[in-house]
Amino acid sequence: MEWASWSDFWHMAGYGLYVWGSFGVTAAGILIEVILLKRAGADTRRRLKRMQQWALSPEGEER
Amino acid sequence: MNLYTYASPANFYVLAGKLIPWFSWSAGLLAVWGLYISFFLAPTDFQQSEAYRIIFIHVPAAWMSMFIYLVMAFWGAIGLAFNTRLSFMMARALAPTGALFTFIALWTGALWGKPMWGAWWVWDARLTSELILLFLYVGIIALWAAIDDVRRGDRAGSLLTLIGAINVPIIYFSVKWWNTLHQGSSINLMKAPSMAAIMLQGMLVMAIAAWLYTIAVSLVRVRRIILERERQTDWAKAILERE
Repeated sequence: MEWASWSDFWHMAGYGLYVWGSFGVTAAGILIEVILLKRAGADTRRRLKRMQQWALSPEGEER
Repeated sequence: MNLYTYASPANFYVLAGKLIPWFSWSAGLLAVWGLYISFFLAPTDFQQSEAYRIIFIHVPAAWMSMFIYLVMAFWGAIGLAFNTRLSFMMARALAPTGALFTFIALWTGALWGKPMWGAWWVWDARLTSELILLFLYVGIIALWAAIDDVRRGDRAGSLLTLIGAINVPIIYFSVKWWNTLHQGSSINLMKAPSMAAIMLQGMLVMAIAAWLYTIAVSLVRVRRIILERERQTDWAKAILERE
């Protein structure tokens, strides 16, 4: 094990800002991508469903 | 059973849906393993102390930024040559993740450059060509978004991707062709690795995790694109009713 204590671990021999800034922003970027992807998928499916229902409805049929 | 079956968007939609959990879970598990190596197994570097641990993100992200671009160019070329619809959809599905990894490579590079070189950024060949790669991704995504006609957009975006592909070897060989502040390649297929085996292992595990993640998110994205484009077909209508 490399670390004597947790505070040692977070300190990263004085490079904490750089190391955690790298890993943290990477994790945040991936998290944001996954959230946006889920939301976009749900939005698309909802919109397509609504279009489909409209097309099947009497007003949609008349057109 | 014929492999070309899956060139049909309808079949691919179903196949991708089955594959996504496998890729997601294996990416997650490998990332945990890779992080464990990065922080608990890999020893302190005698020159760079703990700052070098950024390598476990930086190098895999930089590799991905170039690989994803080449895969996009490949799908674009197939699409332009054979007019296969799914190829263009794959190219579109990969671009945002490629842009993300390019940003991560630049960001972690800046955070590594500051303590080691004393500068967040320098206009040297490696850094500048990687920044151009980010602009290419953003430009291609913007071009796709700007053209309403799907087929024209596909062609224009793929053409731009192919032209921009010249930048990838420039990034890769920049450290050889020019005098740069950036160090040379960490891994060379022709030479024995110049780093400790455990560091190499950590980097490779993180790189494989990044690959699996990229496949998982692009499959999710390509399914949405397929559904959107095939919405007039009976199979897509049936799927929408079920989901």
